[in-house]
Amino acid sequence: MRLSVSLNRHSLLAGISGLPLLVAAAPGARAAGMPQLDFKNPLVTGQVIWGGIIFLFFYLALRNWALPRVETVLKNRNERITGDLDQAHSAKVEADKAVRELKETRKTAAAESQAHLDAVLEQEKVSAAQRLAEINAKLEAEIASAEAGVAAERKRAMESLRPIASDVAETLVQRLTGKAPDRASVEAAVARVAVQPA
Amino acid sequence: MIKNPERLSQAGESKALASGSSIDVLGQFELHPVLGGLGEALRLSQSPVYMVIACALVLAFLFYGMKPASVVPGRLQAAAEICYEFVRNLAVDTIGPEGTSFFPFIFALFFFILAGNYLGLIPHSFTFTSHIAVTFALAIMVFVISIVVSLKVQGFKFFAHFMPAGAPLALAPLLVPIEILSFLSRPVSLSIRLFANMVAGHVMFDIFASFVIMLAGLGFVGDVLAVGPIAINIALIGLELLVGVLQAYVFAILTCIYLREAVAH
Repeated sequence: MRLSVSLNRHSLLAGISGLPLLVAAAPGARAAGMPQLDFKNPLVTGQVIWGGIIFLFFYLALRNWALPRVETVLKNRNERITGDLDQAHSAKVEADKAVRELKETRKTAAAESQAHLDAVLEQEKVSAAQRLAEINAKLEAEIASAEAGVAAERKRAMESLRPIASDVAETLVQRLTGKAPDRASVEAAVARVAVQPA
Repeated sequence: MIKNPERLSQAGESKALASGSSIDVLGQFELHPVLGGLGEALRLSQSPVYMVIACALVLAFLFYGMKPASVVPGRLQAAAEICYEFVRNLAVDTIGPEGTSFFPFIFALFFFILAGNYLGLIPHSFTFTSHIAVTFALAIMVFVISIVVSLKVQGFKFFAHFMPAGAPLALAPLLVPIEILSFLSRPVSLSIRLFANMVAGHVMFDIFASFVIMLAGLGFVGDVLAVGPIAINIALIGLELLVGVLQAYVFAILTCIYLREAVAH
């Protein structure tokens, strides 16, 4: 090693304070061949041992600490995303179900109300027909009784017409002839005329 | 506290260049003990310190990024999550369902290399991935792990890989050595690819930066001409940012491919 004593002391100081030494320790180095192939230099082979130790610690730190941290975050995110998607899916399914139920309910309600309306209409029709029939019957009965009354009145009138006609005929005959006709013959004559309807 | 060694070296360099010396591009890869004598005894150079910084930066990024742990992430959290998911998809898509158990390893490998590559792009810093010892150690680790996993999962059927299925038996004396050789060359190619890419990038930085220093010695004309190498270096930073992530990705995906072979039944 071509390091002077003063440089060594300097290196020692710098080494404590850290990195700057690495720079300071290379004052215009001049290699004969490739320094990398100078395997007699213990520093060259020393790299292998130090490198092995450092790489081992690096690997262990990554495997046991650094990479699992990243993995946890990525896993949480994936779980969250799939969870949210599932939630959205189930929400959509629920909404679809609700819409279907609503449609179903509306349809049954419409059908029910239609049926109800039909029944009421039918009932009304029936009752209206019934009332009409009742009124008709009552009217017919009234007409019949009225007709019967008219017929009876007419008969009575007809019957009472004959004595009046007889009286009129008797009075007429008496005025014309001056003598009272036989009541029986007048009545017979009236009866004879009255047979022919007017 | 911070001395500017590059300036010092540049000053020395321009003098050296003036006297006809060559450009020193390899000095930046030299290792120096930290913490003085203690560091020297522990073989502790700036390279492991930068490894610690790289790892600490990655862990801090994940820690502060995931601190809110919110369902809707902020920028830093989104960045941390993207990094996590990118490497996770890389591991699981390439290795298969067993990839989840290797995912922390692939993540560590990818970000160790990526942070090392990018840390080296900061001026005055050090690129530990430019050392073949480091990249080869990483490659050997991957190689050994894939062999162990292979033997554990497939048992002795693992050796059947060296004889391609359906090939005529007569060709076995030719095919088996080739397959063994290609298998054994995996850690070599894996480590040299990363090492060479990093070294090449940093050597180019150094060369073009040296051109600027050399041109500075020519007076006004040199100052004007020096804009060229500076512009090239700016473009190179962009290229190196690409190379840094690409090499980390290549290392990680090749590891995944080896592990897929290992866990395949």
